[in-house]
Order: sequence, then C-alpha cells, then structure tokens
Amino acid sequence: MTLHQMKIISDIINKTLIYLILSLFGLSMIFPFLWMLSTSLKDPTLIFTSSINLWPSPIIWRNYLEAWNAIPFGRFYVNSTIVAIAVTAGQVVTSSMAAYAFSRLRFPGRDKIFFAYLATMMIPGMVTLIPVFILLKTLNWLDTYKALILPGIFSAYGTFMLRQFFMTLPADLEDAAKIDGCSLWRIYWQIILPLSKPALATLGTFTFLGNWQSFFWPLIVTSSEKMKTLPIGLSYFQDIYTTNWTLLMAASVIVLAPALLIFILNQRFITQGIALTGLKG
Amino acid sequence: MKNKLSALFNSETFIGYCFILPNFIGFLLFISLPVLASFVLSFVSWDIFNPPQFVGLKNFLDLFGFHMRPGAAFGSIFDYILVWRYIVPNDFEFWYYLYNTTFFMLGIPLGMIGSLLMAIIMNRPLRGITFFRTIYFLPSISSIVAIALLWRWIYNPDYGLLNTLLAYMGIQGPAWLNHPVWARISLIIMGLWSGIGGYNMLLYLAALQGIPQHLYEASEIDGANAWQKFIHITVPMLSPTTFFIFVMSVIGGFQGGFQSAYLMTRGGPGGATTTIEYYIYNNAFVWFYMGKASALAWFLFVIIFAVTLFNWKFGGKKVQYQYM
Repeated sequence: MTLHQMKIISDIINKTLIYLILSLFGLSMIFPFLWMLSTSLKDPTLIFTSSINLWPSPIIWRNYLEAWNAIPFGRFYVNSTIVAIAVTAGQVVTSSMAAYAFSRLRFPGRDKIFFAYLATMMIPGMVTLIPVFILLKTLNWLDTYKALILPGIFSAYGTFMLRQFFMTLPADLEDAAKIDGCSLWRIYWQIILPLSKPALATLGTFTFLGNWQSFFWPLIVTSSEKMKTLPIGLSYFQDIYTTNWTLLMAASVIVLAPALLIFILNQRFITQGIALTGLKG
Repeated sequence: MKNKLSALFNSETFIGYCFILPNFIGFLLFISLPVLASFVLSFVSWDIFNPPQFVGLKNFLDLFGFHMRPGAAFGSIFDYILVWRYIVPNDFEFWYYLYNTTFFMLGIPLGMIGSLLMAIIMNRPLRGITFFRTIYFLPSISSIVAIALLWRWIYNPDYGLLNTLLAYMGIQGPAWLNHPVWARISLIIMGLWSGIGGYNMLLYLAALQGIPQHLYEASEIDGANAWQKFIHITVPMLSPTTFFIFVMSVIGGFQGGFQSAYLMTRGGPGGATTTIEYYIYNNAFVWFYMGKASALAWFLFVIIFAVTLFNWKFGGKKVQYQYM
C-alpha cells in the first residue's frame, strides 16, 4: 500500500468518525423534539408504557384541536407578535438615533450622558425590575401593552453596540454629503442606516427572538387572560393540564413550531450574526 | 429673530439632543431613575399597599447578618475559640439559595468544554455542516416554557424518556425532579442540553476560524502531533474567548435560575432549586417585600461588580496570547 493510499483511508476513517460524533450529538438534540411530537399525537391512554415507541398508532390529531381550543392560543400569538414587533421596531429606531448622535455628532454633555449609559450596563436587570414594576403600577399600566412593550424598548446595550458599529464607518461619505449641503437627518437616514444593515439586522433579530420568548417580564406584568403572551399562555396551560401529557406536548408543538420554522429558514443569517457581534439573545 | 431660530434648529447641538431624546427619556424612566429608586427602596419596608417605612439597614441585616444562637453558654475557653458554632445566619434561606445558585454554576465548565469540543469537531469544511449547526441551535431559539415542559415529561419517573432508557440498561432511574439533589442535577442537565450547541459553540467556532493557519503549519514542520497542537496553539489562542464566555456565564449564573426552576420544580423540592433570582421574585411578587427584594438585587449588583472588576484586572493582560 502506498503512502497516498494510506492517507486516503485514514481520511475516510476520520470523516466517518466525525460524522458519527456529529450525528450522535444531533440525535440527542433532535430526539427529545421527536418524542414531543410523537407524544402529542398519541392516544392519551397509550402513553403510559415502559417502552419507547416513537410512531403513534393510532394518530390522534384531535389532541391539537383540543389543546388549541382549551385556551385562546390565537390571542396569545397575536399578543406575542405585537409585543415582539413593537419592541424591536422601537429599540432599533431609538437606539440607532441615539447611537448616531453619540458616535457622529458633537454637543455639550455628550460623553457624560454616554458614560451614564455605560455605567448602567453593569447593573443587573433585577435592580431596575422592582421600581419599574412599581412605576407601571402607579401609572395603572399593568396588564396593558404599554407595560409589555415600553420598558423593553430601552436598552443601553443596543445603543452601545450600534454606537461601536457606527464608529467603524468611514467618515468620507458623510463629509462629502455635508459639503453637498446634506442635513444631519438625511445623513442619518440615507448614509448611516443603509451602511449599518448587518448591525441593525442583528440587533433586530435578537431583540425579536428575546421578546418573543420572554417569560419573566410578561409573567410579572400580565394578569388577565387576554394580555398573556405565548410563553405565559403555555405556562398557564401547564397549570391547568398538569399531567395530561398528550395535550401538554401538543400545546408545546403549537408554541414551538412557527419559531423553529422561521429559524430554520433564516438560520444562516442568525448564526452568522452571533459570530459577528458576540451578541447573546 | 427668524434666522436665529433657524440657526438654532440646524445647529449640531440641537440636532444631537433631538436624536438622543427619545432614547434618553426611556433611559431615564426605565433604567437610570429606577436604579436610584431601587437604592432608596432597599432601605425601606414596603408592601406597595401601605405607605413605605424607612428602616435603615434592617433589610440588609435581615438577609446577610448573623446573630448569636439564643442560649449560647460561654462556660469554657473552648466556647470562645469555637464561637462560630453559636453564630447562626439571620436568614438561613438566603445562604441556602446562594448555595443553590453556585451549585447550578457547576454546569458552566461542563457546558464550555462541551461547546469547545463540538466547535473543534465542526471547524472544518464538511458537507452538511449547516444542517448539524441548525439542529444544535434549535434549543437556543425554543421557548424556555416549551423546553421545560418537554423535560418535565422526559424526567417523569414512571413513563419518562430518561427512566425508560435507563430501564433498558437495567438501571432504576431516580425520581428526578422530586429529589433535592437530583432536581438540581436535572436542571443542570437540561441547561447543558439546550446550551452546548448554542451561542457559546458559535462564539468558539468564530474564534477557531480566527486562528492563523500558519501557526499550525509551523508546528507541523516542528513535528507536533494533534494533541500538542491543541494544547499549545488552540487552547492559548482561544483563551480570550474562553475568558469572555466564562465571565459572562458567571455573571449570568448569579442572576439566573428563575425560569427553569419556576417551570420545572417551582423552586422545590423544599427550596432545593430556588436561586437568588427566584428568591427576589418571591420576595417582590409573591410576598410583596419590596424593600427586601431590592436589597437582594443590590447584593447581586455587588457580586457582578466584583466579577466585572476581576475581568478588567485580569481579562486584558493575563489571557492575551502573543504570537509572532
């Protein structure tokens, strides 16, 4: 056997081994999801067995209908979507405006204000949680969209991240635009924002995902059924159907499926965004 | 007059303030003023329904202080030497929950090692790598509520996936979520499952791709084997990323643990999975001890501040690897 042949054989063995590890790890990720799906389609009386049977027979589609009708999941979908979109839009707009001023404009007090932003980034969310809750209660905003949306919009981190990104943009285009008599508003709108699409998209994606899944804050500020978001709705469903596993799994699939689908369609963009900025959702 | 006004409106100062204003109002209302308010709150006793009362340091003493056990007798010299036996914490629960919080952080190094290994395996041109990356990332974008529900079913002592699998191997699995120690381990396992293929792995992957290839080539010429390359090139070159992930995870660990514990065990059994974050939630939103909850939040701040200082002091120099 020549050296070349040996190298080819060892390459094949290497690759097989790597695919084996990747598949095993992948299986351990995907199997629980498959089990969720399988349980959700089973006859409720047939899940209590001591063997693993992934294929439900008979397939009980009715579980989904029952779960969907048990509590207003449609309403929760609408609420989650409204909240996630509103927070994302608000955050991208206000943060990018402030970041533009912090990075590109000169005015008295700029650095002091920015330092105040930086200083608060170290303070855990738990510190502001209680006063913000009390503020919303005083304003009678608890259990409204205002409570779900407004506090989420303002994050020092978003402003900070965009400012850092804006700082890296070359000044040439801006200078040329200024010479041509372009106003600062137009520079922001027509030069800075278009150049910052990757950073804005990353911030937007993570703000959206974070708010779509958010549990803690909606748990605290919502009380009526009509204001619940999807995660709170599912947790509420769990409180009602404590051990009705087929319905619980059906409800989980209802909650998970759209988010997973959107992710699978856009995954390249999302995972690259993380590598780009080191941002966590 | 008109010119002056228009000059004002077009000045960089005015426009700068305009750009900041929307964000700044929110920053004042929802971030900076609440921070000050929280500081004040930590010195009052308040249930939100009755007027607040200034209590000085009472909240802090109640939580973090100690007292002499009643009936402690000082008969002999040994009682003075072993005085700590008579000193008991004012709030035993707080220390227990702090212990739980740090117990959960045992998962951090395990998760980091797992993420690093998976990143190394994935860091090569392979067909279908995107497919695997997508699957590994699924738990990270799934709602924690659905994940927790799924794992409660997996941990079901009689019919759950885990104990059924263990039964195949002839092992009688524990009653995972109903046993104090197993409940903590269960939550750690769930965290590892959802975390290993997630953000940290992607950060490691990006860092691996940033290591200059010529380092590996040079070491190959010197006859280094795969293990030597890993220990002498990969690990040191990744140290800034490792340090970053570790610090962020520790910071996250101290102020986390509520969601999974609330959804899986309600903090039980017997408070075994209650963390500091959960304790704050209970104090503020179950028992309405707003002052005590604020004092706890400031305790978290002190810890996070210390970790951040540590990061500033050592993060910059100790782990930067110089290569030529």
